[in-house]
Amino acid sequence: MARIVIDPITRIEGHLAIEVEVDGGKVKDAWTSGTLFRGFEIVLKGRDPRDAYHITQRICGVCPTSHAHAASLCLEDAVGIHPPDTGRLVRNMVEGAQFLHSHILWFYHLAALDFVDVVAALKAQPREESLKEVQTRLKRFVQSGQLGPFANAYWGHPAYKLPPDLNLLAVAHYLEALDKQAQASHISAIFGGRMPMTMTTPAGGSVHIPTVDDMANLKPRLLEIQEWVDRVYISDVLAVAPYYLDYAAIGKGPASFLAWGVFDDPSFDTKKRLLPSGIVLDGSLKVEEVDEKVVTEDVTHGWYKDGKPLHPSEGVTEPEYTDWDAAKKYSWAKAPRYGERPMEVGALARMVVAYAKGHPTAKKLIDQTLARLGVAGKPEVLFSVVGRIAARALETKLIADAMVEWSDAILVGIKNGKKEFFTQYKLPERAQGAGLWEAPRGALGHWNRIENGRLANYQVITPTCWNISPRDGKGVRGTIEQALIGTPVADPKRPLEILRVAHSFDPCLACTVHVIDPTSNEVYKVRVS
Amino acid sequence: MDTCDPSVIQALSRRDFLRICGTTAALLGVGQTAVPRIAEALEKAVARRPSVVWLNFASDTGCTEALIKANYPNVAQLILETLSLDYNETIMAAAGVQSEEVLQGALKRGDYILIIEGAIPTRKGYGMIARREMLDIGKEFAAKAKAVIAVGSCATWGGVPAGDPNPARLKGVREALGVECINLDLCPVNEGILVATLVDLLLTDRIPALDGFGRPKIFYGQTIHDQCERRAHFEAGRFVERFGGNEEELGYCLYKVGCKGPMAYANCSKFRYNDRVSWCIGAGAPCIGCSEHGWVDKFAGFYERLPGVKIPGIEGVEAGADKIGLVAGAATAVGIVTHAIGTTVSGRFKEKPPPEEAEKAPE
Repeated sequence: MARIVIDPITRIEGHLAIEVEVDGGKVKDAWTSGTLFRGFEIVLKGRDPRDAYHITQRICGVCPTSHAHAASLCLEDAVGIHPPDTGRLVRNMVEGAQFLHSHILWFYHLAALDFVDVVAALKAQPREESLKEVQTRLKRFVQSGQLGPFANAYWGHPAYKLPPDLNLLAVAHYLEALDKQAQASHISAIFGGRMPMTMTTPAGGSVHIPTVDDMANLKPRLLEIQEWVDRVYISDVLAVAPYYLDYAAIGKGPASFLAWGVFDDPSFDTKKRLLPSGIVLDGSLKVEEVDEKVVTEDVTHGWYKDGKPLHPSEGVTEPEYTDWDAAKKYSWAKAPRYGERPMEVGALARMVVAYAKGHPTAKKLIDQTLARLGVAGKPEVLFSVVGRIAARALETKLIADAMVEWSDAILVGIKNGKKEFFTQYKLPERAQGAGLWEAPRGALGHWNRIENGRLANYQVITPTCWNISPRDGKGVRGTIEQALIGTPVADPKRPLEILRVAHSFDPCLACTVHVIDPTSNEVYKVRVS
Repeated sequence: MDTCDPSVIQALSRRDFLRICGTTAALLGVGQTAVPRIAEALEKAVARRPSVVWLNFASDTGCTEALIKANYPNVAQLILETLSLDYNETIMAAAGVQSEEVLQGALKRGDYILIIEGAIPTRKGYGMIARREMLDIGKEFAAKAKAVIAVGSCATWGGVPAGDPNPARLKGVREALGVECINLDLCPVNEGILVATLVDLLLTDRIPALDGFGRPKIFYGQTIHDQCERRAHFEAGRFVERFGGNEEELGYCLYKVGCKGPMAYANCSKFRYNDRVSWCIGAGAPCIGCSEHGWVDKFAGFYERLPGVKIPGIEGVEAGADKIGLVAGAATAVGIVTHAIGTTVSGRFKEKPPPEEAEKAPE
């Protein structure tokens, strides 16, 4: 029995440590640990409810607009308004561009290096000029002896299976994707002012009024990304996956999925979103509507004083750092449960829920992909590392295509002189609301309570809270902990396979360990000018 | 730095290279005549790419996200050809023990530029990497760095999570580690400012002239208000009175819907963001003042009107316009420390800059 600690897990957002026990070349047990605490919710207490739009974006610099929009929805719910339809479209565009950015960045820059051997790309014998150039650039880089971010990785590990030419192609696309992820963010910024930390879509809709200039700036970037996703991103996934089909049976996890849904349609009904709300339990592919009231959080194995599992809006918990002890407490993350179940959230959860609901585009994309990988009619292979990689790529395409339609609708609105982008409202003295939405990494919920026109309480459950949850009071492992079990580990000193499973969830730790009042449940007064 | 090795420079095409030098010159405001000098400095840098260690502490990674939006030079050129980004947890391939080896290797070699993103938790156990306190890691690495750059609000003074009541007792780099550093405020850091500061360091081997908050004067020397494209509407008394009206379409001033531009010092309107496509006020959003230390509490009520600013047309144009920062600073109860007059730091990286001039309140 070998015990392996990987700390830090890199190529993620934030600070995560994973500890596993390996026996007979396979993971027997696993512990995931968030190692940073910031305490956002307490910072929010006592503030102007509108400021949550800006404050909560700083929970995560990778998916700030998701927090922005969850905060906007939360306040709109409390006030009882919706944005005008054109405001809804602007919000969808700013959010959609962030999804494109995040998924492209995740696949090429965070996850790909688990499957692509950069150094082995030097052995490729490319015929195409552009690939020769990339190889020359790479050769010079390696010969310089300064490997920078590529230093000391697991290059040459037996689990790398791609032929040299495909490794080189992937390196070339790694570089191309650096441009594409930036282009996608620039789209968010055209409407949002800047990205990260967009500025223009608070509760009420959009304070930015799109112009023809915006569209002239935006459209070529969007069409270029749309074309590139089809031609390069989807193709790369389909080209690489056959070499790693063993990972269609690795990293399964609880196979229970939760989605709050994302991208509103004119009805603002979460069930009718482009990617709809819903849950799928125990790998059944039968969908149910989601009920946020059965969500609880458990702190038995988190660095907090013990208490009963409670709905987040009732959480009464105090931090108590007690060092790392796998048997007791080992993480700053709490353990969210849906009716006592750990749930998986993210692109796979959204696509599985959409698929189970018979969403025509999702169904077509998934069925075609299964057929291309030679597993037609077996959607259960999606519950795996390969499934998460495929789901993210397909979702990127689905969103890019929808964004082209939204941008056309905005342009038509501009031409027809539509000016209504913002619904004016008066801040209530007392109210409460919920904003249920999705970040690229999965289901994101904000809950507020307003008293005397100020935030009396603010609660956030982030996607990665679900995925990197520690064990709960009954000893049930969290989602990634379950997914890691059974993962083969060829060389305990270089646990590449563990990274593959962990990265497949796209963990985002800044989003996770900020949710609890660290000293007391007291409402803090904030000095306001 | 090592002498120039021309074979390595070929990694960049000459055309690309001169374009980078040209845009860098523009960003630094030194004019195109400086291009050959910039080219020479970068060519030397390319011969042995300067080591950069990027430590990410209590942050949301927004500043790493800003870095990868850079376009002049872009992130591929930065990583492959300009710098040796020896440690950055978000993008580095190695993990766990192997990433720790990389980090220790950089420490042993020394001679790196240290970039810190994120605040530093000062409560035990609240921020750890490889089961070591972030505070200890920060001290160790700052001690051997040839220059330290704090990027973004969190690293400069604590940032949003250090807003009242600052649950994790977060502090900025200067305060937590007791070292001098270049503070690049804004949340997130402007990618143009970050890249230009880095290139300036490579170019001159000197810390740039800093203001009283440790910010390079060249980028943070004037208020956003004084450089704002909507300023003429302020002078003329034309305001966006509330969101959703028709004033935004006319590009009116955002002061009345909460803009903090009169009290915020940065060149956002000049550099803009994201391939320079836009910036906050340009897109119709009131500035939240994120360039200032303590902005989260000082400017709380982001949609509330900044007190004490004289509005032209009511009190007279000349009285308000030129003195706006001073008037607000003196009159407001929020305790904003106005822009202090900074001192030029002319020493080499390792030389301690002269003591900062005290933060002066306006007359």
